[in-house]
Order: sequence, then C-alpha cells, then structure tokens
Amino acid sequence: MTDPIDDLREAMKSAPKTQGKEAAMAAAMRAFDDEFSDAVQETRSPARQTIQMQPIWSRLMAYLTDNLRPALMGGASVAALSLAAFVVVQQNGMELPPAPMIEDAEIAAAPEAEIAVAAQKRMRLDALTSEGRQGPEASSRALAPMAMGGAASDLAVMPLPAPEPVYLERDARDRFANDDPNPVKLAAEAPVSTFSIDVDTASYAWVRRSLREGRMPAPEAVRVEELINYFLYEYARPETVETPFAVSTTVMDAPWAEGRRLLHIGIRGFEPEERPRANFTFLIDTSGSMQSADKLPLLLTSFRLLLDSLGPEDTVAIVTYAGSSGVALEPTAVSEKGKILDALSGLIAGGSTAGAAGIETAYRLAEDRFDADAVNRVILATDGDFNIGASSVEAMERLIETKRESGVYLSVLGFGRGNLNDALMQSLAQAGNGQAAYIDTLAEARKALVDEVRTLTPIAEDVKIQIEFNPAVVSDYRLIGYETRALNREDFNNDKVDAGEIGAGHRVTAIYEITPVGGPARIDDLRYQPTAVGGDADELAFLRIRHKAPGSDASELSETVVAPDAADAGVEARFAVAVAGFGELLRGSDHLGDWSWDQALTLAEGAKGDDPFGYRAEFLDLIRLARSLDR
Amino acid sequence: MRTETSDEALAEAAGQGDRAAFATLLDRHYDRLFRLCWRLTGSEATAEDLAQDICLKLPRALRSFRREARFTTWLYRIALNAVRDDARKAVTRAKALEGLAREPVAPPDDGEVKSRWLNQAMSRLKPDLAETVALIVGEELTQAEAAEALGIAPGSVAWRMSEAKKALKILAAEDGI
Repeated sequence: MTDPIDDLREAMKSAPKTQGKEAAMAAAMRAFDDEFSDAVQETRSPARQTIQMQPIWSRLMAYLTDNLRPALMGGASVAALSLAAFVVVQQNGMELPPAPMIEDAEIAAAPEAEIAVAAQKRMRLDALTSEGRQGPEASSRALAPMAMGGAASDLAVMPLPAPEPVYLERDARDRFANDDPNPVKLAAEAPVSTFSIDVDTASYAWVRRSLREGRMPAPEAVRVEELINYFLYEYARPETVETPFAVSTTVMDAPWAEGRRLLHIGIRGFEPEERPRANFTFLIDTSGSMQSADKLPLLLTSFRLLLDSLGPEDTVAIVTYAGSSGVALEPTAVSEKGKILDALSGLIAGGSTAGAAGIETAYRLAEDRFDADAVNRVILATDGDFNIGASSVEAMERLIETKRESGVYLSVLGFGRGNLNDALMQSLAQAGNGQAAYIDTLAEARKALVDEVRTLTPIAEDVKIQIEFNPAVVSDYRLIGYETRALNREDFNNDKVDAGEIGAGHRVTAIYEITPVGGPARIDDLRYQPTAVGGDADELAFLRIRHKAPGSDASELSETVVAPDAADAGVEARFAVAVAGFGELLRGSDHLGDWSWDQALTLAEGAKGDDPFGYRAEFLDLIRLARSLDR
Repeated sequence: MRTETSDEALAEAAGQGDRAAFATLLDRHYDRLFRLCWRLTGSEATAEDLAQDICLKLPRALRSFRREARFTTWLYRIALNAVRDDARKAVTRAKALEGLAREPVAPPDDGEVKSRWLNQAMSRLKPDLAETVALIVGEELTQAEAAEALGIAPGSVAWRMSEAKKALKILAAEDGI
C-alpha cells in the first residue's frame, strides 16, 4: 500500500457535516449567560448539588481507585486526580477559581478562607488515593499550564477544564433502581405487609436484551415484579363497571421448597368496551445519541403503528428536545394523518439533550388541549441521557406531580443501551402515575404503544395492597419483588400517600412465599416470647386493597379473606410463578435451593396457555438462554 | 478591507462576559470542534454530543483564558481532554457491561471502501497516536502546534506519527486492505 498517512489525509477530507451546530450554539449561549449573570449561584441549583453529593462522592472514589490507576493515557491519572479535587470542591458549593488552569496568581486572588478549604479538600482526597502520596505539589505541577512551558514528555499532563458536575454524573451510564430482596418476616412479629402496585415492565425488556446479547443481566437490573407483570394473565374479569378490578387469590405449594407455599394474588382491571378519546403529547429526545437504529428510527416506526390504532378523534402532538427544545407538531387530530407523518419524517437526531425545557413545553401543549373526559398523557421517549439542566431530579418530580394533580399523566419509554438512566425513568414515571417501559424491538414498541393504548385509560389510582397474615397459620413470609414499592403500614390508610395506578384491562400479580406453622421455618422461635399463637386457623390472611376512582381524593377499601388450603393452581398462576422463579434465579436468590433453570423451564412450558401473541414462547427462550449462559 | 478580530482577543473578551464575542468564537470554531471529535471517535453521534458538551464548558473555561496561548491550541487541548474523558468513561461502561467489544469494522463493499476503512482505523489506533494523527493530518497543524496542543515535545510528535504509520500498515494487512 502507499503511504498510509497520505491516504488518511485524503480520507479525512470526507468529514461529515455537523447537524448540531445550531442547537449546540444555543445551549452554549445559555451556559454563557448562566456563567456571567449575577445570579450564578441560583442558576447552578444548590439543591441539586446537595442531593447528588453522596453518590458523586462514592462514585468519584470508585472512579479514581478502579479506573485511573491503570493510567489509560500515560500519566493522566495525576491530572484526573486534580480534576477530581475541583469537582468535589464545586459539589460542596465552594466558588473556586473556575479555571481549567489554576495559576498561583489566581489562587492568591481568591479569599483566603476559600483557598484553605479547597486545599484541605484536595489534600484529603490525595490522602485517600495512592497517587496522592505525592502530595499537593504533584497536583500543582500537574496543573501548571502548558503554555507556560510545562514538562515536555508524555508524562506531562494537561490542565483539564473543570467540568460541570453533570459530566461525572454520566459516569455510570446505565443506572438501575432496585433494593435488596425483601427479607423473610415472622408473621407473629410483623404480620402486616404493605406495598403499592406496579405495572411497569421496563425490567423485563432489559433482561431480554441482555440475554439475547449473550450476557446475564446485572442482578440489580432485575425487578421481579416487572418481569411477572409483563404478561397478560387471564384472571377473572370484574363483572360490572362499579368494581374497577377483580381480585383472585390462589394458595399453592412452592415449587422450589418442600413444605412452603405461595400465595398468588391476581388483579385484573375493568375493560370498558370503548376507550375514551386520547390526547397524547410525545416528548421525543432527538439528541445525537438517539441516532442509532434501535432508538429514534425504531421509535418513529412504532409511532406509525400507533397512529393506525388510534381513532380519528384522538390527537397527537410532538415536542422535541435536543439542545433547544421545540414543538415539532401542534396538537393534531389523527384524522389529519398526513400532517402527522410529515412531522415525523422531519425528526432528525442531533445535538445534546436538554430535557427540562422540553418537558415544560410538552405539558403546556397537553394543558392547552386538556379535556376532562379524555385521556391526557405526556409520553417521554428517551435513551436516558435526560439532561435536566438547572433543575434537580426532585424539582422535576415535583413538576410532574403537580401536573398529575391537574390530570395530565406521564409515561416513559426508554430506548437503546449503554446510556440508559433506568432510575430516572422509574422515578419520573412513578411521579407521573405512568408506566416506564423499555423498548428494544419493534415487537416491544408495539406492545408498549399499540397493544396497551387501552391500558392508558386509568380506572383506579393510588392502588395499595395490604396483607395481614394469620400467625396461627403462617409462620413466616416474604414478598417476591416489589422492593422499590414498599409502603409503611400507616401509609395504607393515608390517602395523601401516592401509589401505583391501574389502567383498563391491566393485570397485576403479587406472590408471597410463606412457611405454614409447623413447616420448615427459617427463623427460630424466641426463647422469651410466647410462640404458640392462638386464634382461628380458618383463614390464612386478610387482603385489603385501597384505590381511588380516577380524579377522586378519597380512597375506597375492598377486603378479601384468603383460605389456607393449597389448591391446584391454574395455568395463569403457575406461569406467573415460573416467571417469579426465573427472576429470583437471575437475582441469585438463596431461597430457591436446588431449583434452577430446568425446573423453571418445565413449569413455564406446562403453563404456556394460549399465548396468542407469542410472549410466553419468547419467555421460554429466555430461560433457555439464561441456562446456557449460566454454565 | 475589514480586519477580523483575532480569536485571542475575542476569547479574552468572552472570558470577561462579552456575549457577542463568545457567539462569534463559537460560530468560527464549532465545525472544527465537531470534526476533531469525529476523527477521534469515529462516530457522528458521539461527536455531536461531545462537541456540544465542550461548548457548554467553554464559558467557564474562558474565564481563565490568557492571551499568551493561541486560542485554537487552547481549544484543541480542551477538546482532547473531553474526548479522553469520554473514552475513559466508555471503558468504565464497557467493564460494567461485562466487556462490550468494539464494534466490528463493517466489511468493505464499495468504492469508498478505503476512505471509510481509514476513518474507522483511526479509532483502533492507540489514543495518543490517534490524537496526534487527528491534529497533524486532519487539522493540518504544524509539528510545533500539535506538540503544544498535546503538551509533548515536537520530537515526540514526529515519533508518534511514525508509530501511527506502522500501526496503520499492520491494521491494513490484518484487514486485507
């Protein structure tokens, strides 16, 4: 071959044209105004910094100790260490000379107290890392500006610009909301278990994508209740409009533990024959990172499917955000399909993400078209790099909650991999009474957008479940999944405490594992407490469900007695249990004994049912995949 | 003929809060920034995001801009740091995701094969070599300018260029180009 450098010179002339200049410039001008306005302190949102401080600290330390020591780029670790010092100081709200290059002269110009604090912080940080033993001199050497004749070797590192805190927040790109598995509780000590229902399914799609790409999903990415609730179970329907949902309970032997039982609770929401009119406002992330085929193009394709399933009276509006946010389509009736399709084909990915302005615009449009008899919903589609700008996560949640009160709900659709902020998606959707779904394939987009448009009609809100176990029958119990949905016992009767929402036709399943009295108890009896609990052994548990009719402030209570006898569980309950077991295996639960993939597969195969959409068949494949990966 | 205000004068003014100066600077240099990010990452999407992130940081960084440095050199330094930072995070991310492999290079299928291959090959060079090549070949800096932007001796620039040449030949042989 010819001189490769000459070839490269030719090749490099074909650099692509930027699509994002305008957006980037607009965003940078705003950053400029923030930087040089008098209200610098306010615009940097002290609230957000306090909230984020702890995680950033720990992540920072992990970042330094784990990733920098291998010194990816020559001696960059020393510079990065100094960079860390800046960030920490900023996080604590100190005004440091904000420079990429700190010169002694500048430090001298800053008030003494601040320098002292900054220096102390830097030293403390140095002391925490091995590189830090070189002491503060090393830091200042690293900071010496190149232009002033810094050391001329590969080891000489460049001064780094002090980054915005948000830069470090993007560090761990896929973030998950989850808690430790629910512990086993003694019915005699803590007979009451309270939680909010959850109809999210994001975790299932995430798990599926991981497995299909040949990786076991991280245990914290597995929210078992979301796996279970992914499927449409044929539970008994509510008979009349007056009862918004029907509850069925089954007690069955636990497939994975001799002597234990499972209490399966299935809830099915009422399905009105006709869906009310819908006003959807799509808030679409069009930042540069949405460009890949599994993001914006997938969203647009599924959007077209959605249009076909909407009625002519429904309206659709589109707001985009990328750098600067804008209205791509004013609320438009679906009967004007051509206009909507035109707007869709005009969406191009480019620029960086500024979510806060976009979400406000979306709500404004939704409120302009608000119709009390219609479903009013904002649907946020993002790959998770949702830059909330000056506002904190909490402020954003408050905004969404306020809008929820006014009747506009929010759902979140997550796209792509590598950047997904699952925790933020979850908390926004929870604040907005909506669902969070993770979209990885067209089939999934179809399920979330098209098949479940019906379920977007809320029929019961703030649905809370409380179970009281009868200690005369139940020795101990644990709730499978719902870790992020736990409520305090007193929250059950407090109508001010928010909980999940059920849409038309939604199915919600909860499974408890219980040890009957006399069974293989996991917790020893106490020596000084009465162990034998008297009482009627005719009832296993008492189930209370509270919900509010949509728009109502006061909750209604429904109560069900659960009988203790194990019955032959139906196909639907068995399938749900197979999914629960699969989720527990993925989380590495220590409650399953020898029960493993093969048993999960057998159980699920025997409970496949009709499976008209093939979702269950796909699940069987996932078990097989997990089995092969776990070897 | 009107003489253009120098970048350095604009940067200094912007660092003192001159909005118009900042806008002019952005307008002059955004394309350059984007190009450099693209050459170093090989991905338009990443480059768009990176270029914008860098622009967002500029207002603060400009506060400490000193006229002794050339503006473009200063900007390259900031850009290189941002790209390195992102690459580091990509490593962390890949590790967290159990080692995502770099996307395989697409099989050649048309006349532009070679130029596409070359642009992608950039992202397979060692980062310090890729940076040097991007500045010398892509941005057409002199050896001295590149040395200043990279914070290394001019001699090291020459050495890195010859290393890059060797590496490219090896990559080309591997891929049968």
